Amino acid sequence: MNLEKVIFGFFIVLAATLNFGFFIGDIDRPELHHVYELAAALVVSLIATALKFGDRTQIGAIHLSTSLVADLQLIAAAITWAVAVHATGEGMTASVTSSVVSLSGGALFANIVSVIILIVETVMLRR
Amino acid sequence: MNSAFFLVLRRMRAPIIVLIVIYAISVFGLTLVPGVDAEGKAAAPLSFFHAFYFISYTATTIGFGEIPTAFSDGQRLWVTICIYLTVIGWSYSIVTLIALLQDKGFQNTLTVNRFSRRVRQIKEPFYLVCGCGETGNLICRTFDRIGHAFVVIEKDELRVQELDLQDFKTDTPALAADASIPDNLLRAGLKHPKCRAVLAVTSDEQANLAIAIAVRLLNPSISVIAQGRTLSVTANMASFGTDHIINPFARFAEHLALAISAPERFRLIELLTALPETPLPEIHRPPRGRWILCGYGRFGRLIADQLMPAGIELTIIDPSCNPEEMANSIRGYGTEAESLRQAGIASASGIIAGSDNDVNNLSIAVTAAELNSSLFVVARQNHHVNAPLFDAYRDDYTMVPSRIVAQECIAILTTPLLAAFLSLLRERHEDWSNALVCRLQGLCDGRTPAVWGLKLNISEAQAAYRALMQDRRMTLGDILRDGTDRSQPLPAVTLLIRREDGLILLPPDSLSLAPGDELLIASSLAARRNLELTLYRPSELDYVLTGHEVTGSWVWNWLAARRKAGEQPS
Repeated sequence: MNLEKVIFGFFIVLAATLNFGFFIGDIDRPELHHVYELAAALVVSLIATALKFGDRTQIGAIHLSTSLVADLQLIAAAITWAVAVHATGEGMTASVTSSVVSLSGGALFANIVSVIILIVETVMLRR
Repeated sequence: MNSAFFLVLRRMRAPIIVLIVIYAISVFGLTLVPGVDAEGKAAAPLSFFHAFYFISYTATTIGFGEIPTAFSDGQRLWVTICIYLTVIGWSYSIVTLIALLQDKGFQNTLTVNRFSRRVRQIKEPFYLVCGCGETGNLICRTFDRIGHAFVVIEKDELRVQELDLQDFKTDTPALAADASIPDNLLRAGLKHPKCRAVLAVTSDEQANLAIAIAVRLLNPSISVIAQGRTLSVTANMASFGTDHIINPFARFAEHLALAISAPERFRLIELLTALPETPLPEIHRPPRGRWILCGYGRFGRLIADQLMPAGIELTIIDPSCNPEEMANSIRGYGTEAESLRQAGIASASGIIAGSDNDVNNLSIAVTAAELNSSLFVVARQNHHVNAPLFDAYRDDYTMVPSRIVAQECIAILTTPLLAAFLSLLRERHEDWSNALVCRLQGLCDGRTPAVWGLKLNISEAQAAYRALMQDRRMTLGDILRDGTDRSQPLPAVTLLIRREDGLILLPPDSLSLAPGDELLIASSLAARRNLELTLYRPSELDYVLTGHEVTGSWVWNWLAARRKAGEQPS
């Protein structure tokens, strides 16, 4: 067993699960999508990205790119939240909530691709 | 993407994760600790947005203060912890980055990347010089002077650094690496479309062999010139089609034999193959008669092979000689008077100090000259650093291997026509050679002329080619005029013209030029630039041919044409 692989897999799966936890629930109900979950998903996603730095293989490159997509989507969701709550004072209305959640849904998709690549990589492993 | 970037990312992985974690912990904490309002009552904690804003400016030590409202004591406690945490995180990142920048491996990666990028960006034809020792350095300096681009690979890092200190006109890409490794050759542009030739002139014969093979296999279309000193290696190089193999010993032996049998022709060859604009070589007139050869190794054998057929009687002195097996040989070094006397120094007309030790060679030369002052002394100089000793001694003829190789490389690469000219020389009389030598020596006061080739085609001589294609007649004498003052002839000698129907040796000034002619010209480098400009720019060519000053501006030409038309009413 390789500790590096454990940590790597852990963060990729954790990023996907946290993302899923935030995403699940009716899209326009703010009480079902807590901002702490979004923050946790963003932080774990950033860590997962950093873990993928510096791998020159083809699979490593796809890993990095999916992670970057997830980061981008989550950062966009966080900015949308901050603008609605603090800048415009609009608060978490149904429309704002649904746009934040749908952005995180995009990130979830990228995270799922990451997990699939991880599984494919593992299956292809012969040792 | 280049490898340096990936190396940075890989090394920075840990510090970046540490920073993300520290930021996350700080921001989370700040969103949990309750705040205080203006009346001192407990208020809600900071939201994520405000917490992130606060940590961002605190962690980077900008410190705007407590925004949006004054903090509660609980928040201040947490912020104190955050400040220390984030300082640690940032310091760790910066220290890692600085350590990475000073890392030898990383710097090497950067250097190699920069070198490959510069080689890729070369736009003009260039030569790849492998090995920048004495020979390579001489070649590089000459290339630089005559304006050819080149790339250098040299194993010794110190020599590469020295190369940077030499004030070359152009900024030359140089890499400290082993040229016998194919990867390094590829990095240096072996497959670059503008790479014209590879010069394998390292001091290591085996490396030269490896380079020659690599070039043959990886890029068979370009020529390779290799230096080899032993017979087995040169034979090996020849076996797989190395274009030119230069053995400095063999070449010197040929020169010495020629200098004895045909001194004027030798002088002419010496002038034509010398490095351009170097001081004129001394005149060597080695006498016929009996010679003594000290040292019978690789060099000695080649000398003997050349001199004996030329009718020279040789007495050989070498520590490995057995007088019983070989006639006319003496066991010894030649540095002591005894063995020289045995060899009959008193009646000899010349001596060759040809061992592979410079000090011994000088010692032989000095001892021999004391015993017989009329002796012609030829000394072999192995190392460039000993040049002052040989200069101080003033022997009659010094053999410098690095100079021989450099001269030949330059002659082969820059003037392909020269070989044709030299082969025509064989049938010429000594007086003819002597006359030409006198003309060449007067060309650039006390220095050797540059010998260069020029083809009257669209790329090298645009204006002349266009004019010739429009059936404008011009003779050789017409174009060999000074472009700044056409009443002055240009100090240049046209040695040879090659056209479709054959070669014209020493063409007369009245010869009409034809498009596609290849000219072999000897002149100073300044005269070369002068003539090249004349043949390239239409206005310059017009001035030289007719004396009319043409400005070259389109509007003015148009006005001049109109005025001309007005003067001649139809």
